[in-house]
Amino acid sequence: MVLVFAESPRGHFKKSAFEAVTYGKKVAELLGTDCVALTLGPVDDASVLGTYGAKRVLNLPDASLTHFDSQLYTQAIADASKQLGAQVVILGHTTTGKSVAGRLAVRFQGGLISGATGLPVLAGKNLLVEKTVFSGKAVAQYELSGAVNVISLMGNAVKPEQTGSAVAPETLTLALNASKIRVKEVKTQEGTVPLPEAEIVVSAGRGMKDPGNWGIVEDLATTLGATTACSRPVADSHWRPHHEHVGQTGIAIRPNLYIAIGISGAIQHLAGVNNSKVIVVINKDPEAPFFKAADYGVVGDLFEIVPRLNEAFKQFKAAN
Amino acid sequence: MKLLVCISQTPDTTAKISFNADNTEFNNAGVQFIMNPYDEWYALVRACELKEALGGTVTVINVGPATNETTIRKALAIGADDAVRIDSDPKSAGFVAKQIAEYAKNAQFDLIFFGKETIDYNGSEVGAMVAEYLDLPFVSYASKLDLNGTVATLERDIEGGVEVLEVDLPFVLSAAKGMAEQRIPNMRGIMTARTKPLTEIPAVAFDGFEKVSQFTLPPAKAGVKLIDPNEMVELVRLLHEEAKVI
Ligand SMILES: Cc1cc2nc3c(=O)[nH]c(=O)nc-3n(C[C@H](O)[C@H](O)[C@H](O)COP(=O)(O)OP(=O)(O)OC[C@H]3O[C@@H](n4cnc5c(N)ncnc54)[C@H](O)[C@@H]3O)c2cc1C
Repeated sequence: MVLVFAESPRGHFKKSAFEAVTYGKKVAELLGTDCVALTLGPVDDASVLGTYGAKRVLNLPDASLTHFDSQLYTQAIADASKQLGAQVVILGHTTTGKSVAGRLAVRFQGGLISGATGLPVLAGKNLLVEKTVFSGKAVAQYELSGAVNVISLMGNAVKPEQTGSAVAPETLTLALNASKIRVKEVKTQEGTVPLPEAEIVVSAGRGMKDPGNWGIVEDLATTLGATTACSRPVADSHWRPHHEHVGQTGIAIRPNLYIAIGISGAIQHLAGVNNSKVIVVINKDPEAPFFKAADYGVVGDLFEIVPRLNEAFKQFKAAN
Repeated sequence: MKLLVCISQTPDTTAKISFNADNTEFNNAGVQFIMNPYDEWYALVRACELKEALGGTVTVINVGPATNETTIRKALAIGADDAVRIDSDPKSAGFVAKQIAEYAKNAQFDLIFFGKETIDYNGSEVGAMVAEYLDLPFVSYASKLDLNGTVATLERDIEGGVEVLEVDLPFVLSAAKGMAEQRIPNMRGIMTARTKPLTEIPAVAFDGFEKVSQFTLPPAKAGVKLIDPNEMVELVRLLHEEAKVI
């Protein structure tokens, strides 16, 4: 069977959990088996995972799992996998999933692909799965040959699909070790979609000239329900918070739509965004390298174009 | 205090990516290699800062062929005291983790540093694997690290926020932006690096359970469609009807 770890930070599922279960169901179909979802720690309502295709939903409500500890999470997922006889274990490619996937692979003495971007195909008993490598400049197909294989699934790689019905969660009991990590505080910006999960990202660079000019970028993001991002020099000069920095040294994202405003498109910037599905570039310099990576381009002054684009989106939203 | 920093060598971001004839191996020819930026800027520099403030030693370890020596010497120039090279091609994340774990298991390091990921395979795998082999806690995506005796306080990047946590030595961490500032090696560092000890160790056998079966280059973009700056309604229409992203 296929075991999916459905992550629920602070008790709530995020999109990555629904993506992972949707993916797990398809992997289970490929292998002719069932998909079982596992949740760790106290959680809102795990029955919803059934609607994404989990045949069974298991919860380990242990309070020591409220905060993330890679050792405890590994122990819980590995023990559950063993009990259930998992052939494939699937996690989201999140800060949590990535910190556990490697540990699980060692514990299982199994195969691992980190950041899978598509569904596996079978090669005999082995799985062939793809991921992007070299900062988005190539695709590598991995062959996984373990008795148990671990897959962490890149965000936005599959669309969550609700094809089934809710399943009553079963409570799992496992004896866990004591955690060696003492979490003191978790600070999050509630209300905004974190960049790695955002479907639309509005990003701006040094062409904005001054941090006081960001109003037009924020207005556009609000209209689109988008998350804001920025280039590295913008974060380095504290015009914008560090968590907005995308690129090779910031975070890598792959939204459906990336709108780049006053960003030149240096290779280190592209490394973090070139896997976006559609890229729109607004830049006054027709020679800006970003246009080579763009799907749609607007050459001109961003201070005129961005408000105009915002109005056009507003009209569209009102009409649709 | 004994600190270990694991460094990887990666193609420079600007390198042109190509593969051998049957697309199963990366083509090294003409490629400029660098120390993986997360390992260098954040992990190594923070380890050196801690050693300089609190005393102790910083050892760097690399799994790679003899040609990696330039990268290893650069780490010594930045401030590491000695280096270990496991003499083998870094065949996979699993292979590299096994080699580092074998070396570290009897060496009693207080802290083992990794960068948060490499810029070639972007896997974020090796740190977690080594932590598992050594049965140690793993703090990933750490953007801040302070030590008070044997207790470490860290900040860790999570989706849309940060987590503040405490953990006792020894443990394994992976370093992200914020942990330290890039350090350019000075002349004295470069001179002393030449004579700092570099030990070569043979690799242990390890058959992994994953390998790259094929590389492909992504399909080329169709080319940019330019929209008149006065026609933003048209751009919105295209994003809706053609690109189907809104
Ligand atoms: C090792 C390394 C790692 C790096 N990592 C990253 C990274 O992770 N992320 C990242 O972003 N960068 C990174 N960089 C920096 C990168 O090389 C570029 O310097 C940076 O991305 C440039 O930022 P920018 O596009 O905002 O600024 P600029 O390059 O200054 O570009 C500003 C753009 O705005 C346009 N513009 C100006 N005024 C207007 C206007 N009124 N209307 C419209 N357009 C206008 C200009 O034509 C120009 O194209 C890295 C560099 C190195 C060496």
